[in-house]
Amino acid sequence: MNKIKTLEDLKLLREGMQAKFKLRESGNNAENIVRIKVAMSTCGIASGAKEIMNFLIEELEQQAIEAVVTQTGCMGYCYAEPTIEVTVPGKEPIVFGEVDKHRAAEIIEKYIIHNELVDGILPMNYRTIDN
Amino acid sequence: MADYKMHLLVCGGTGCKASESEQVRDNLLAEVEKHDLSDEVQVVTTGCFGFCEKGPIVKVVPDNTFYVQVRPEDASTIVMEHLIKGRKVTHLLYKDPESEEPISDSKHMDFYKKQVRIALRNCGFINPEAIDEYIARDGYAALAKCLGEMTPQEVIDEIKRSGQRGRGGGGFPTGLKWEITSKSVADQKYVVCNADEGDPGAFMDRSILEGDPHSVIEAMAICGYCTASTKGLVYIRAEYPLAIQRLKTAIKQAREYGLLGENIFGTSFSFDISLRYGAGAFVCGEETALIHSMEGLRGEPTFKPPFPSEAGYLGKPTTVNNVETLASIPVIINKGADFFNSIGTEKSKGTKVFALAGKINNVGLIEVPMGTTLREVIFDIGGGIKGGKKFKAVQTGGPSGGCLTNSFLDTPIDYDNLIAAGSMMGSGGMIVMDEDDCMVSIAKFYLEFTLDESCGKCTPCRIGNKRLYEILDKITKGLGNEEDLTRLRSLCKVIKDTSLCGLGQTSPNPILSTLDNFYDEYLAHVRDHRCPAGQCKSLVKYTIDKDKCTGCTLCFRNCPVGAITGEKRSVHYIDNAICIKCGVCYEKCKFDAISVS
Amino acid sequence: MNMINLTIDNRPVSVERGTTVLQAAAQIGIKIPSLCYMKLEDLNIENKPGGCRVCVVEVEGRRNLAPACCTDAAEGMVVLTHSMRAIHARRTVVELILSDHPTDCLKCAKAGNCDLQSMAQHLGIREIHYEGEQSTFREDTSPAIIRELDKCIRCRRCEMMCNEVQSVGALSAINRGFNAVISPAFEMNLDHSVCTYCGQCVAVCPTGALTEVDHTGAVIRALSNPDKTVIVQTAPAVRAALGEEFGAEPGTLVTGKLAAALRRLGFNYVFDTDFAADLTILEEGTELLNRLTAFLGGDKEVKLPMLTSCCPAWVKFFEHQFPDLKDIPSSARSPQQMFGAIAKSYFADKIGVNRKDLVVVSIMPCVAKKYECSREEFSVNGNPDVDFALTTRELAQLINLANIDFKSLPDEDFDHPLGESTGAGVIFGTTGGVIEAAVRTAYEVFTGKKLSRIDFTELRGMEGLRHATIDFDGLPIHIGIAHGLGNARKLLEDIQAGKSQFHAIEIMSCPGGCIGGGGQPYHHGNAEILKKRQMALYREDAGKPIRKSHENPYITKLYEEFLGSPMSEKAHHLLHTEYFDRSKK
Repeated sequence: MNKIKTLEDLKLLREGMQAKFKLRESGNNAENIVRIKVAMSTCGIASGAKEIMNFLIEELEQQAIEAVVTQTGCMGYCYAEPTIEVTVPGKEPIVFGEVDKHRAAEIIEKYIIHNELVDGILPMNYRTIDN
Repeated sequence: MADYKMHLLVCGGTGCKASESEQVRDNLLAEVEKHDLSDEVQVVTTGCFGFCEKGPIVKVVPDNTFYVQVRPEDASTIVMEHLIKGRKVTHLLYKDPESEEPISDSKHMDFYKKQVRIALRNCGFINPEAIDEYIARDGYAALAKCLGEMTPQEVIDEIKRSGQRGRGGGGFPTGLKWEITSKSVADQKYVVCNADEGDPGAFMDRSILEGDPHSVIEAMAICGYCTASTKGLVYIRAEYPLAIQRLKTAIKQAREYGLLGENIFGTSFSFDISLRYGAGAFVCGEETALIHSMEGLRGEPTFKPPFPSEAGYLGKPTTVNNVETLASIPVIINKGADFFNSIGTEKSKGTKVFALAGKINNVGLIEVPMGTTLREVIFDIGGGIKGGKKFKAVQTGGPSGGCLTNSFLDTPIDYDNLIAAGSMMGSGGMIVMDEDDCMVSIAKFYLEFTLDESCGKCTPCRIGNKRLYEILDKITKGLGNEEDLTRLRSLCKVIKDTSLCGLGQTSPNPILSTLDNFYDEYLAHVRDHRCPAGQCKSLVKYTIDKDKCTGCTLCFRNCPVGAITGEKRSVHYIDNAICIKCGVCYEKCKFDAISVS
Repeated sequence: MNMINLTIDNRPVSVERGTTVLQAAAQIGIKIPSLCYMKLEDLNIENKPGGCRVCVVEVEGRRNLAPACCTDAAEGMVVLTHSMRAIHARRTVVELILSDHPTDCLKCAKAGNCDLQSMAQHLGIREIHYEGEQSTFREDTSPAIIRELDKCIRCRRCEMMCNEVQSVGALSAINRGFNAVISPAFEMNLDHSVCTYCGQCVAVCPTGALTEVDHTGAVIRALSNPDKTVIVQTAPAVRAALGEEFGAEPGTLVTGKLAAALRRLGFNYVFDTDFAADLTILEEGTELLNRLTAFLGGDKEVKLPMLTSCCPAWVKFFEHQFPDLKDIPSSARSPQQMFGAIAKSYFADKIGVNRKDLVVVSIMPCVAKKYECSREEFSVNGNPDVDFALTTRELAQLINLANIDFKSLPDEDFDHPLGESTGAGVIFGTTGGVIEAAVRTAYEVFTGKKLSRIDFTELRGMEGLRHATIDFDGLPIHIGIAHGLGNARKLLEDIQAGKSQFHAIEIMSCPGGCIGGGGQPYHHGNAEILKKRQMALYREDAGKPIRKSHENPYITKLYEEFLGSPMSEKAHHLLHTEYFDRSKK
């Protein structure tokens, strides 16, 4: 890793990273892949997020679906843990709650492959500083 | 195989369900089928939209049309008009309360989203173990800005102007705290992050450290720059292993990037952070106790002044800030004090994270602008009371806070309003109670917590709280009298008046606020020896209605202590001398023949 | 301008910056009641945890009441010490303490001397409105100190003494909330801890939670046993303090009455530990001179400085904390033990009594002496050299039991041969006294010249750490003095680090020396009392016809008749000892 010595270094790194994410999220090209974030805070892990993450990775690999599964922090929906956010290229991210293995399989099968929604979507009910 | 072009999202949150959202969904499904649209349109139930006052809600995707207060009979109109004819159903659209204009899609009605995430901005959004993701979200830009473009005093002035106050509960102006440390002269100063979260039910600090550790690191470095401190310490509960691990990873990454360490951004400013582990004592959230604990001494508060900003860790000037306070700092620098102070009320700026818990549907972590009302938090974001029960009270401020009733639901939440209402902000625990909760027992519950967590140093907290607990215990057992209520109040006041630290000074709050707001309930306990909520076991009496009892023997067979007698097909009786008030008979009875009094 | 003006109870007062409200009030005659707070002026000892909350006062503009003991006076402050609110809070706080306190005052060892009892009376508490569960703890009995923690009010004075003043670290607060209490780590017994039995915790305990082990019963039994010859020795510091127990002004010397009282109690012989103090000087002084001469002669084996070894708490302290230095202190036994050894050999032979039938009782200002006389090395075939050590307070108890009107007693003398002492022996009871006594003798022996002056004022005082250089006829002898084990620790750490310049160091565990011992009448936080006791001892010394130990004729006789010479084989056997490594490695 190179040290960030100046503000310019930081800006360059930031822009590079932002472009990379944009590419990933906008789809329509080589980076046309599904992106899944699993809420992995203590409460999420306690309700099984780790197993779900492993399950998703294995399933997606088996079905040869190009996807990136990453961890993230608490999304705040404690009543619906484990929660995951799925971004299919070209679409708005969708948060699913109470994801067990059965539901995770359903999400892959129905939403990711067939663009069908499944019950239990958690609407984003907050604003962030970005908007 | 279906290839859906459209999705109808029907809110399945408890609030909307109560207003027949299930019927709406069924009708929509039927209409879709009727018009042979099943292959093109999918109807799905979602979680709560956080807009319960206008429920049930139906959202149409992809055009994001947002229909509110949809009745089951509106289903045909929606399908006919919107899906088939492609025309929005105007009368179901949300109307701007001011202009009365209908708003066509959810993209233009963000305002209904009561939550604004500043401290939680990155939680659930970035990978907390990837510094690059934090940087992509403007991470460390605030530190760069401070070091490159601002003097320490300018940064302090900006924080002061933002109106940021300590989120750990005290509400002390953050900028002022920094300024005091910056003006204290010493060869070494410290920045301490207080991550000793202890309020029962509060876990925002843990979530922030687990979800966005870099924001705390960045803010500590900024504080270090402002106060000329080169060492940062995070005092964190050892019970937070994941937060510790993520924080360690983040610190390591920041060091590798040179964002911690010597000569940050090529300037003369150097700063580094190490961790100190706490054993999870509630009182160690008090800053002097926290400092003693870090020094390896018994975690006990000492008299202030001197304040830590003057003489703290190892006797050196020390700025102690809570996790949530720190997490907002980079936003204040990046977006400016004006952005931050445009949110909130006159004396409380910005947003506050709350941990919603108790008898509420959407238990969770939320962040709302200061000034949001309790009603909005509980009924919109929280989705209302579980099981359609009646709201009774909400406890804010953890064990040091008070219980607020119906009459405070429209109070805008901020530091001063909560104190005026007899409670406090605390670290942001919010526990909702319904009609089944006995307020005397609730007060006793909180006191039990205080008893466990008192350090035992000062008399009023050590012995006084014990005596308060004993009086409450007596009352809940039906052994109290009206004189006890007077003694309770009198002792509460002395404890508040004489305790050494904030723990003791606020520990009587749950009692005082319930005495103020639910005096009748106390009276019922001591005068009539009755618990109106039916929670105090000693006061509960189960009886069998001889007109309803069929003699099915179900209660008899399930009673664990043999308190029920009676022959088959004849009326049964409960012997209250044997009964342990477990309530099994009440639950098992199929004929509603058992009543609680 | 460093003066601050404030108003207390509507009266203006001007005080120096840094003065607390409690002190400011005292300046204009307002005595705010306080309980946990304690300050020994000039001794650098202060207990200010702000924990009991009895001294709370109303300060205008403050949300809650302020503890006067730790609130600094501020310009323009308006304080009310006896408003309804303050009085009600203060009384409630004391009621709360009483609600968690056994009400067995009638038979409590501390009755009449208990600060809590006085406080309850002072505030006129007649009813406790908040009764409830009382915290209970296991009683802990050690060879010297009893801990009865049901009576502990968590004032933390003992903890402060044990840690800050003595740096022993045996006592600290453990547990939380209602179960919080002051205890050795892991609630172990005191005798398993590093406790030195210095007794300073007992000296400052406001209640009966910490007391000495009571040996009065055993002494009464011995006195009433016709088969036993019971003799008594009394330590120098006792005569300067015992009077306080009978209403005399602090600093009143009661040497003559003390001897009379002991005789009336039925002791067959009334002797003086001062005699053994003189003996100590000869042994210890000779040892010092031997080591000094060898050292100056270039003997690398010899270690300096030499440390005194009269104080049993100090001995136990270094055995626990500095075992690597255990060959530095003088091997001389303490005066109490020298007395015991001589009494049960030389004196027993003289009066023809078998040592088994001779009971030696000592009256000490100290609780550690109880422990010291129980140490195995100070007994012969299980028979201890000193059978019982009573504190000054226990002696007062015995005098009362024996219906003796102490004040009206005539002055009497000690018996011979073990009752004769010099002024040097007398000043053993104060910090600086042992080393001054040693210098008086060592100088004359070393130089062969008569001292032109006997008072070494440069060695006297109340400073915790002192040093002086005495000219031994051209040879400068560097002397260090420490009282309070925390101060001693500093000197020891210097020795460990090889930085010590001293030839000899005197160490006493208790602040002020034995006059401030854990077995003395309670000082209730008044350091003036200690100073007056100190002055009394110097007065007694000044009035003595003989003031140098080596001039004590009975000492000379003892060597002639029995021991031979200082450090002789016999002397070594009876008057010297060895030390043990008590650190848990």
